Amino acid sequence: MIYERPLTQHIHINRQPLNLKEYEAKGGYAAVRKAVKEMTPQEVQKAVQDSNLKGRGGAGFNTGIKWSFVPMGSDAPHPKYLICNADEMEPGTFKDRLLLEGNPHQLLEGMILAAYAIQADISYVFLRWAYKKAAALIKQSIAEAYAAGYLGQNILNSGWSLDMHLHTGVGRYMCGEETALLNALEGKRATPRAKPPFPQVSGLFGKPSIVNNVETLCCIPHIINNGADWFKKLSFTEDAGTKLYGVSGKVKRPGVWELPMGTTMRELLEEHAGGMRNGLMMRGVLPGGASTDFLTPAHLDTRLDYQSVAIAGSRLGTGTMIVMDDATCPVGFVHNLQHFFAQESCGWCTPCREGLPWVEKILLSLEHGEGTQADIDMLQMHTQLLGPGNTFCALAPGAMEPLQSALKYFMEDFERHAHEKGCPYVHEAVASSEW
Amino acid sequence: MVAEPHIQTTAKSFLTQQEKDAINHEVSLLPYKKAAVIEALKIVQQHRRWVSDDAVAAIAAYLDMSTAEVDSVATFYNLIFRKPVGRHIILLCDSISCYVMGYQKLYEAIQHELKIKFGETTKDKKFTLLPNACLGCCDHAPALMIDEDLYRDIEAEDVRNILETYT
Repeated sequence: MIYERPLTQHIHINRQPLNLKEYEAKGGYAAVRKAVKEMTPQEVQKAVQDSNLKGRGGAGFNTGIKWSFVPMGSDAPHPKYLICNADEMEPGTFKDRLLLEGNPHQLLEGMILAAYAIQADISYVFLRWAYKKAAALIKQSIAEAYAAGYLGQNILNSGWSLDMHLHTGVGRYMCGEETALLNALEGKRATPRAKPPFPQVSGLFGKPSIVNNVETLCCIPHIINNGADWFKKLSFTEDAGTKLYGVSGKVKRPGVWELPMGTTMRELLEEHAGGMRNGLMMRGVLPGGASTDFLTPAHLDTRLDYQSVAIAGSRLGTGTMIVMDDATCPVGFVHNLQHFFAQESCGWCTPCREGLPWVEKILLSLEHGEGTQADIDMLQMHTQLLGPGNTFCALAPGAMEPLQSALKYFMEDFERHAHEKGCPYVHEAVASSEW
Repeated sequence: MVAEPHIQTTAKSFLTQQEKDAINHEVSLLPYKKAAVIEALKIVQQHRRWVSDDAVAAIAAYLDMSTAEVDSVATFYNLIFRKPVGRHIILLCDSISCYVMGYQKLYEAIQHELKIKFGETTKDKKFTLLPNACLGCCDHAPALMIDEDLYRDIEAEDVRNILETYT
């Protein structure tokens, strides 16, 4: 069965992405024309709300509802901001890169529509520094869109104006958290902000702001063109649309595919990713990036949508999964994750700043054969201490998700490290934090 | 205070006209000056390869900030270099997919070729080696970047050839 894949239909690996003229020839910017000429901003919001599009950056909140909190009307504060979060830095995540490099005008069109829906005046693409190719393409596409009158003053004679800028980051995972991203755009350290006030009311420079993920924004033109019902029907389940699913690790064909929302993990891993490499078995999967709970082969028939993955005990997150094979040490695997989170903690709140390095050290001591059963208990305790409700933002609770589920599913491995005084797996080289 | 006039003289003469023009452009897009500090750090680093104490002081004076405030931002971000770096920066991804796919072997190969560890620069100032969080190409792990060039699906045996293309 061939399914529609609206977001990636014009993306061809090894071919230059569509320029503005080519994009228009494929129906591009029709949604912008339709929206600004025939629809009120509220109608655009309503269409997106009705489509049940949920944020593809990981949180999974209804995008149209998120927009509806922005003050509208003549007494609303200005300038209002629309920001595209293209700071893709969740380890194991590489889906937005495809959209950014593969069809930059689709993203711009989605941003213009989102900006129109909230009547924004200024928009930013917050792009991670490592995406050099995407930076060049987006810069060029923004210039093309200005020249064609889709950006700038009085867009398509609607009386509405929008400026767009590219901002490239200087490397920090925290910038992906939306309030930390706003601080980074203001030239500050990327620490998270207290909510409320929510960014929709008081965001960038204290003005109403919306931050949406790349994939989320790329869905918008298609919803405006084809309607909310069409978008819902793309999915197998309640959560609407298609989803970019990625697979990395020791599978036969790592990659990223746009599939109906609710595709099963089995189909993704076995059909699209080709199953495990010869001689290896799958032991666990992080279904949505580094900060999601492990699922196991017992969960292969889980449908990959927000609700089903939550019922299975994890999160859909970014939808890009990391596969752990049976030759990879779960303790070493989790140590690598905690090393990342400890380094990327912004240091703002104590449990995260102090707790994560200790968690990392304990895991490393287990790997080195210096760990004991008491250390395993200590790890278990930290999954609570650094869990939801005890920290300022979601970084540390996210870090605890793979740890708590590793302790649940792979406890025998942790215990073997303690009892056998070392790692029972073959390591071909030293672990990352030994420098 | 005695130090102040000195810092201000240094600050005034430190930034080149080209750097000031670029910073002014960024300031013009923002509601107030100090919001441009990250851009200013990037601009100075682009011209000088790293951000020295004098550069921090100069940016602070130029944007009406304290040096401590500028440095707190400069040291927060991974890719603002507060120490001199080599002509080429090697960023080796050490995140989870590259861990599973064996970035450690690349690290050993680089150490063998260049005799440097993470955070170090070769004696001839040619290469600086840094660990880097996920480069966003996990389906082609392990990966590394040298300056603006991305290398994917690398084997330890490829490391020497890759390094030799840089002068």
